[in-house]
Amino acid sequence: MSIPVLKFDAVIVGAGGAGLRSAIQLSEAGLKTAVLSKVFPTRSHTVAAQGGVAASLGNSEEDHWTWHMYDTVKGSDWLGDQDAIEFMCKKANEVVVELEHYGMPFDRTDDGKIYQRPFGGHMSNFGEKPVRRSCAAADRTGHAMLHAMYQRNVKANTQFFVEWMALDLIRDEEGHVLGVTAMEMETGQIVIFHARATIFATGGAGRIFYSSTNAFINTGDGLGMAARAGIPLEDMEFWQFHPTGVAGAGVLITEGVRGEGGILRNSSKERFMERYAPNAKDLASRDVVSRAMATEIKEGRGCGVNKDYVLLDITHLDPATIMKRLPGIHEIGLQFAGVDCLKEPLPVVPTCHYQMGGIPTHYSGRVVMPKDGDMSSIVPGFYAGGECACASVHGANRLGTNSLLDLLVFGKSAGDSAVEDLKAGRAHRELPKDVADKTLARISALDNRKGGANVHETRLAMQRTMQDHAGVFRFGDMLKQGVEKILEVEKAARNLEIKDKSQAWNTARTEALEMENLIEVAKATMISAEARKESRGAHVRDDAPDSAEFPNGRNDKEWLKHTLFSPVDNSITYKPVNMQPLTVEPVALKTRSY
Amino acid sequence: MERADYERLRWRCIRRALLELDITLTRFLDGGDFEKLTDDQQEAFVELADMEDYDLWDLLTGKAEIDDPRLAQVVSLIRKS
Repeated sequence: MSIPVLKFDAVIVGAGGAGLRSAIQLSEAGLKTAVLSKVFPTRSHTVAAQGGVAASLGNSEEDHWTWHMYDTVKGSDWLGDQDAIEFMCKKANEVVVELEHYGMPFDRTDDGKIYQRPFGGHMSNFGEKPVRRSCAAADRTGHAMLHAMYQRNVKANTQFFVEWMALDLIRDEEGHVLGVTAMEMETGQIVIFHARATIFATGGAGRIFYSSTNAFINTGDGLGMAARAGIPLEDMEFWQFHPTGVAGAGVLITEGVRGEGGILRNSSKERFMERYAPNAKDLASRDVVSRAMATEIKEGRGCGVNKDYVLLDITHLDPATIMKRLPGIHEIGLQFAGVDCLKEPLPVVPTCHYQMGGIPTHYSGRVVMPKDGDMSSIVPGFYAGGECACASVHGANRLGTNSLLDLLVFGKSAGDSAVEDLKAGRAHRELPKDVADKTLARISALDNRKGGANVHETRLAMQRTMQDHAGVFRFGDMLKQGVEKILEVEKAARNLEIKDKSQAWNTARTEALEMENLIEVAKATMISAEARKESRGAHVRDDAPDSAEFPNGRNDKEWLKHTLFSPVDNSITYKPVNMQPLTVEPVALKTRSY
Repeated sequence: MERADYERLRWRCIRRALLELDITLTRFLDGGDFEKLTDDQQEAFVELADMEDYDLWDLLTGKAEIDDPRLAQVVSLIRKS
């Protein structure tokens, strides 16, 4: 079967913030650049980022990148690589100012500078007091950012392939990456994108969990493709959760609801936070509240048929106060829980928000993996940035507003590195003879299989397993069972059946292909989480509690290292954390407390 | 509506930038509400689905209003679904 081949200097998969930022570097360097996206670029999930982008511009008060670096290392619970963190924090001002020059409508101070607001975890003078470091465009920062960068790409003649799904990474026998196979959704046509540089900017995979704030598009396509091509995934046990998402929907309920007097209750209507935090009760920190909710659910005191959520009660509050101080909450209750929160409590559950791990990269954006004893050997021709990549700057937990910074800095740096490598003479390498065989076999199996597993049911089984066994608060026995369960789900995910066999706009097939990516991420997460026997950042285990020897359950002696999950044989290796910054003194290990 | 046109529309509704719209629009399509619309209303729905995510979400939550009665009627139907 003859498959069309489209030749580009660079192919970028994903048109969110990181993909668009990379594309600017390549196209403006005069390189022929293709960007593939499942949706129109300005419908990427970057749009949902509201908080802002961190940069120590010092427009409102004194600030310095070394302070930002300190906060980021501390936020990461010392699992972030300090060379990458220095690189990111130092570059922040440059990428924000560039964005301003692209036309990004940042909020302004009276004297015309970029206005900056405070954000959790960002402090001045090495943790002393909060600092105003977040640059925003009202509450639509991600949206404005995408528009500015899309326009810049149009000007630079970037070629967009919209409503195309990349399917598999092309690697030759020597391990070089030569592009991707992809499918045009409108026709079902499979095409080979043959490139000198391949950049993944496919975002996160938050849809592996039953409750997720992520839009449906976040199916970890880049991670799935990398895994199928034998590239390990780094630190996949680390996922950031928010305590209160609407159960069954994932839509966020602001923490302001508890601030205004909202009370968490279990199936007996008990105000259970009184047992976990007698003083702060429902106003305890995010971590404490999430753990208490997870414990109530695990111990059978959850609500509903599956006993898998708790209740957030505001029925005792004055309706006028709710409507005035918590605008939107009434509508969210009606739309996503079918509940009038003035009369009934809202069903809530800790909800997945952000993926800290991903495809292992150097801070230059080049993808790295173990080879011949080198734990970080460059995969030639392959780059990644944004949430799908692990540089690693977020380590075990991410600071707010560092995600938009990540995609700007590492999107740009992946683009710059690709330009550098191509200008140094990297040529198109010959495509392997079996270049699209695996992709065609996957498509053919989906089209022809009878008696296979249902996509919707398989996805639900995966999401339930991840939520129950590898959620915000983890239990050793549950993780062990979770590994067995997710390997069972994997069998179903490798045996999917679709009823629709048509070529044009076959969304059932697209969702099945997404499922094949999700399961790679789910498996990597569960096995990595089971293996890490400490608590660190967002990975918190019941059997690794706070103690004098291990404050917060963190065990630096044994676990100050990155997980590398190998999808080839489900094995795990570890590589050291880079504690040495590029130019400054390391941020020394200490207990993380706020 | 032709199958391919419907499936294109469905893809553009089930893969939005905002989770809130994914859920709301998927429910409207997969729950059978869309097929009950008249041809004119279906056209209006396609126009709404083409909008930017925040603009559409503001309409669906009543934060913004729309002058065009055709669109306003379909917004109201989506809100009730």
